[in-house]
Amino acid sequence: MENYLIAMLVFAGLYGLMALGLNVVWGMAGMINLGLVGFFAVGAYISALLTKVLGMPIAVGVLFGALGAAGAGMVVALVTAKLRGDYLAIVTLGFSEVIRITASNEIWLTNGTDGISGIPGPWRGEVTPEAFNLIFLALVAVVVTIVVFLLQRVRHAPYGRVLRALRDDDQVAAVAGKTVIRFKVEAFALGCSVIGLAGALYGHYTSYIAPDGFVPLITIYIVLALTAGGTGNNYGAVIGSLLVVFFMESTRFITEVVPGLQAVQVAALREMMIGGALIVILRLRPDGLIPERMPRIDLPDATLTEEKKAT
Amino acid sequence: MLTEVAQLVLNGLMAGTILAVPAIGFTAIYAVLRFPNFSVASQVTIGAFAGYVANVTFGLPAPVAVTVAFLVAGLSGLICDEFVLRPMRPTGPLAAAIAAVALTIVLENVVRFWFGNDLRGYDLPVLRDWRFAGLRVSPQQVENGVIAIIAMACLFAFLAFSRMGKAMRAVADNPTLASIKGIDSVTIGRLVSFVGMGLAGLGGMLLGLDTSIDPLTGFRAVLTVFAAAVVGGLGSIPGAVVGALTIGVAEELSLLVLDPAYRTAVGFFAILLVLTLRPRGILGERAF
Repeated sequence: MENYLIAMLVFAGLYGLMALGLNVVWGMAGMINLGLVGFFAVGAYISALLTKVLGMPIAVGVLFGALGAAGAGMVVALVTAKLRGDYLAIVTLGFSEVIRITASNEIWLTNGTDGISGIPGPWRGEVTPEAFNLIFLALVAVVVTIVVFLLQRVRHAPYGRVLRALRDDDQVAAVAGKTVIRFKVEAFALGCSVIGLAGALYGHYTSYIAPDGFVPLITIYIVLALTAGGTGNNYGAVIGSLLVVFFMESTRFITEVVPGLQAVQVAALREMMIGGALIVILRLRPDGLIPERMPRIDLPDATLTEEKKAT
Repeated sequence: MLTEVAQLVLNGLMAGTILAVPAIGFTAIYAVLRFPNFSVASQVTIGAFAGYVANVTFGLPAPVAVTVAFLVAGLSGLICDEFVLRPMRPTGPLAAAIAAVALTIVLENVVRFWFGNDLRGYDLPVLRDWRFAGLRVSPQQVENGVIAIIAMACLFAFLAFSRMGKAMRAVADNPTLASIKGIDSVTIGRLVSFVGMGLAGLGGMLLGLDTSIDPLTGFRAVLTVFAAAVVGGLGSIPGAVVGALTIGVAEELSLLVLDPAYRTAVGFFAILLVLTLRPRGILGERAF
């Protein structure tokens, strides 16, 4: 039971990282990413292959996983940068599918649908599985804390202000002399790097990745987590992920409430509840539990300067 | 080699004709309601299953069952839009797009709940392929193509000659001007949701007639549908037809150089190519 709880917390942390990444893209810069599971997969596969096949240290694999996802994000954002957001939605959705098809078919590289097993994890094998679980939980907690800290810095920096300006009205940002396309591409790549980081950690935690693990439903989990927590709010992203994991796990007990269902029907009901929850939240509380608060900006006191002039 | 290419082009045109039906649905909804309604994926599946029930359970012949597919998917699309997506649209097109993805997950699982994950096939007469000049074509494919062409002809006639059809084009063209002229955009929105999703459902059944169906039928097809719409020009109905034929042929010709598993990826790369070189698509964004 303890191990189960710890594993769920690790997953909440990984989902939290993805929600933080999505928050940069969608919450701060107002760009959609409906294929974030694709960037998650890119991070997972790059890190798994580098550490398992080439024997690189885990930290290096994770770094390249994040960079690879950022690169992929950059390409996707560049292609659609000049177009309306609808096109980005279509392209990202397509991207995640293409990644899944590629991972299933490039057997020489990814071992196809069988997946890659035996991905190394930090101190795995040297300590008991329970201790490994705890070590990884601590690791994820540290990573989440660092990422939240850094993204809060971005949010309060002038850079974050430009991103919010893009989200609210990119023409105004352009008139103010901001290079809209550059900021958009950078923000998208930054968000994708965090998502790729989560993917890399996921592989090292579970030791096994396969194309089946990167289904569009995960994108829905993350969008749900961010929307429930509060779009635009970094703390909301983390808290929303905890809620989503809790919600998903509690739907497991549906079999006890509704007897006589087949396994397929239970799975279908659970997915229905996830999708339904997202629709309900979007409809009833689109700002989430912790709505975004604009950082306070201290403006020079205009009346004071007027008085000074007068004297 | 030449006959092989000719065969692939023929297959591509056949596939493209069928693909054009859901692509028109997707693009028409985009033209009027101005957001990418991703739930087209689940309506494709719902249409395919509605047609399956009509065909296998009630024993209706396939050409009759497709009208059931159209009506059920259209009705489902109308209800979903009315209660889920329309209230979301004032928040912005992207919020509605996200809600549409969530809706797809819900509807796909409604189908899975009742029918399970098994592959199902329609009740069809087994016929020998027709052959001419070294080319093969199955009578079922021809029948599907004819159904698709009839559906599209009806749609074009509706848009060109009927009052409601003209109103729909007017809203797509210029919503403000249309509302000044007294056209109720909500009614037109309902109409386009019904017709658009109906076409998606009909297309779903046509796709299923060629192979088999399961709850993921729509999801697998949807990338190709988007590709057809974007390549032809998102929001352009004739564009969707041109785009669908292009993608259909391109997918088949890709078999010469690529593994068949990458067929769906062709659509994605076509999208990237078109967005880079000619973002408005082959025919631009004018609705009709």
